[in-house]
Amino acid sequence: MKVSFVRMAVAAAMVPAAVGMSGGALAQAKGKISGDVVKIGVLTDMSGVYSDLGGQGAVIAVQMAIDDFKAQHKPKFDIKMVYADHQNKADVGSNKVREWYDTEGVDMVTDVLNSGVALAVAKVTQEKKRVLMVVGAGSTRLTDQDCTPNTVHYAYDTYSLANVAGKAIVKNGGNTWYFLTADYAFGQSLEKDASDVIKANGGKILGSVRHPLNASDFSSYLLQAQASKAKIIGLANAGGDTINSIKVASEFGVTKSQSLAGLLMFITDIHSLGLQTTQGMLLTSGFYWDKDDETRKFSKRFFEKAKRMPTMVQAGDYSAVTTYLKAITAAGTDDAAEVMKKMKELPINDFFAKGGKIRVDGRMVHDMYLMQVKKPAESKYPWDYYTIKGVVAGNDAFQPLALSHCPLVKK
Amino acid sequence: MSRTAFGYLAAFLLLLAAPFALYPVLLMKVLCFALFACAFNLLLGYTGLLSFGHAAFFGVAAYIAGHALKVWGVPAPLGLLLGSAAAAALGWVIGSLAIRRQGIYFAMITLALAQMLYFVFVQMPFTGAEDGLQGVPRGSLFGLVDLDEDLNLYYFVLAVFIFGFWLIHRTIHSPFGQILKAIRENEARAVSLGYDVAKYKLLAFVISAGLAGLAGATKVLVFKFATLTDAHWNTSGEVVLMTLLGGMGTVLGPVVGASIIVLLQDELADKVGSLVTVIMGVIFVVCVLAFRRGIVGELRALHGRLTGNRR
Amino acid sequence: MSEIFGIPIQALMGQLMLGLVNGSFYAVLSLGLAVIFGMLNIINFAHGALYMTGAILAWVGLEHLGIGYWWSLLLVPPVVGLLGIVIERTMLRWLYRLDHLYGLLLTFGLALILEGFFRDQYGVSGLPYSIPEELSGAINLGFMFLPKYRVWVILVSLAVCFSTWYLIEKTRLGAYLRAATENPQLTQAFGINVPLMVTLTYGFGVALAGFAGVLAAPAMQVSPLMGSNLIIVVFAVVVIGGMGSILGSIVTGLMLGVIEGLAKVFYPEASATVVFVIMVVVLLVRPAGLFGKER
Repeated sequence: MKVSFVRMAVAAAMVPAAVGMSGGALAQAKGKISGDVVKIGVLTDMSGVYSDLGGQGAVIAVQMAIDDFKAQHKPKFDIKMVYADHQNKADVGSNKVREWYDTEGVDMVTDVLNSGVALAVAKVTQEKKRVLMVVGAGSTRLTDQDCTPNTVHYAYDTYSLANVAGKAIVKNGGNTWYFLTADYAFGQSLEKDASDVIKANGGKILGSVRHPLNASDFSSYLLQAQASKAKIIGLANAGGDTINSIKVASEFGVTKSQSLAGLLMFITDIHSLGLQTTQGMLLTSGFYWDKDDETRKFSKRFFEKAKRMPTMVQAGDYSAVTTYLKAITAAGTDDAAEVMKKMKELPINDFFAKGGKIRVDGRMVHDMYLMQVKKPAESKYPWDYYTIKGVVAGNDAFQPLALSHCPLVKK
Repeated sequence: MSRTAFGYLAAFLLLLAAPFALYPVLLMKVLCFALFACAFNLLLGYTGLLSFGHAAFFGVAAYIAGHALKVWGVPAPLGLLLGSAAAAALGWVIGSLAIRRQGIYFAMITLALAQMLYFVFVQMPFTGAEDGLQGVPRGSLFGLVDLDEDLNLYYFVLAVFIFGFWLIHRTIHSPFGQILKAIRENEARAVSLGYDVAKYKLLAFVISAGLAGLAGATKVLVFKFATLTDAHWNTSGEVVLMTLLGGMGTVLGPVVGASIIVLLQDELADKVGSLVTVIMGVIFVVCVLAFRRGIVGELRALHGRLTGNRR
Repeated sequence: MSEIFGIPIQALMGQLMLGLVNGSFYAVLSLGLAVIFGMLNIINFAHGALYMTGAILAWVGLEHLGIGYWWSLLLVPPVVGLLGIVIERTMLRWLYRLDHLYGLLLTFGLALILEGFFRDQYGVSGLPYSIPEELSGAINLGFMFLPKYRVWVILVSLAVCFSTWYLIEKTRLGAYLRAATENPQLTQAFGINVPLMVTLTYGFGVALAGFAGVLAAPAMQVSPLMGSNLIIVVFAVVVIGGMGSILGSIVTGLMLGVIEGLAKVFYPEASATVVFVIMVVVLLVRPAGLFGKER
């Protein structure tokens, strides 16, 4: 069959067509800052179920951190930021990060809400020898079985969530549980860690049901939870999923005889649901905007730009980026191995964490707080939502190194 | 040397040089989807069957190959083979069911069966569901060539693509291919001529599925993981669009269509976010209303008019 | 607490009710699809997206225009129907003389446009739409809680389905429609404006989808993705029921909703796939569908 030359040429030109992605990877070298620019990539959920926890707010927080660092320390290198929406898909996030490393010379990726995405990105970061500072994702696996020499897990993890609020709820009398779990890395991790804590404190798990991320209808799952007659329905999910679970629970009268435990909740969730619905709920957090003068100072500045108070994730993004930039200055290079070494040496003392330390497995250990949601009458001004019921020291909140499965931990 | 061969040679040389100018991973993605679209076109353009669930084959091959490479540690070529075989087997099952109905029903059945498979994938632990099958090793080729180097992998992927493309080319230009075209043109007449039409359709379906699987398995090598996106109906829709835009029933149409769509998505994803979907939809609508022959089809018609040749 | 087959009554009845609710949506949507297919021979892939558009318009109405639920129920379906008429007049009518697959492709493209546009505007995580005051709360029957809103959904859907059936099977307008479907040329010769019938049919079918969207808004998440997942199940419903009869689509939709609900109780892992499995069985045993006539 005759094939015209014209068509051939056109087709041939199409394949390596238009968009050139030229420029090889900007390699990092010891003792130098590659290209004299430190590039930070913010990978977050911009429009989906977790967008309120990080999203645009995360970008704002990181930009604030960069601007503040430049103003205070006047570094010799330039600092740039890029950001992208991973849409809660591990392949989108991972491919974007790979492209960032290969073609744009990104040195560090942060935020990374969504544990599935974080696990995938951790592998790529290890392969390409850059730095990953996970702030948004929760799965303990990031510093446990799936730890890498290039991963830092900054703000919280599912172990500490279970250990603080989970333990408190069981001790309060909530000793039979039914789980409503988001069916992916984060939910499974949270369910497992919480189950361990519950059983260790004399409680019983009556059952569980898994739901897809961003499920459209929670009624069927809540009916099952209702039928189990467990005292506590543990919500091993976050963001939009938690909000919807709580709403549907009210609709079906579940809350008349059972209590809901939001194992991971953020101030934006409370803001969405309102104090009427959420009063009395216990939760774990690593940050509260109204805790002390320093947190208030940061949060008011953030509020001016974002029109909402920062969540633990957004505040954590700021702190993580600052820690990273300080480590680069101290190490004199952006070579990943050197910077990681410095980060594990330097203590962290800012509004986000006092006496914080990054362990050998990448886990940033700092104090965690047990919070209770205020009653509507107790709230005196906008965003006045929490009472701090207790502080758990970092070493007690997070999984001890002795129990770790991370190969970096020498036993 | 005939003009055809010269054209192909020129294209080949361009492809050999391409990774030095453009991001190899992006090029490999284009090649995988081009193969996927060509395989799909065998069914749509040449047999006249619209399958709206082709992502099922892409996805199942991705998972099987990924699993084989990661858990069983097989070398890359064997992984590709296993993936393609799984896709072909699935093609036989789905094809047998779908062929029982015609036209629109056929399309809806393929869609529904692919969706069913998608939900099965969500449930099965080995796929990793939402997290995906991650950390698939690329390994080395015959112990000599390290495929972790993007450049080496590019040439391997190029070889796979050329093999798949050649296979489709041969199929189309064989007596078997002629019968498929006859079925597309006028099925009743083909039946009356004594051909077992159902068997031909099924065979075309299986070949198409197997090659779509080859594309999916190769994609896993490139990106080192398989996810639910590979089996989602969005992917099925994308490959339809690529073929429609490039030109159904032409050999090169799907390649052109795939290149444009992949490059477009890559360029625009950051800049316009969800509007990419809108643009895809607009291209669909425009193609169906005014541009049914697709780019290559239109070029061919133009060439015909210019040179006074009749098609 | 009493149990049936080891499942507590409360769970069983609850899931059955939810199954009926889902079944109602399947019924209304497959009804719209069947009506459109009957007249235009086009499978309207945009049906899910138009259902979603209805829900979003209801939300927009509430959020920005202060239009409450009851007004939305009345106003949104005609608006969606109008959108449908515009689509039919400007795009679909060019495809009638072509292979029917082009209609599927066009409506698929339209679905992408609608979904992508709303995704860009509103993200994917769902917009809150509260249940209207009059219908909120639940009736405590002792052996189960019966949320008032869900019961309303079932009743209204059934009413709409049977009204449509009555309109098509028992009225004169319906008779014209059926005649135009069977034999357009002859019907046109009798002086009946067939193209107008076609346009109105598409508009009506699509309005049904919009109506379902408003119904869904308080119960499910209003999200740009809500239509696309639903539409594929509805396709399967339509293949199972066969697109020949109106009553067939209604009955099949309800039945499959209930079966899905029961699956959630007894065998939850299979609940997402049970409709498709049934479709496979029907294809093997009765390819024209349970109520269908081979076209």
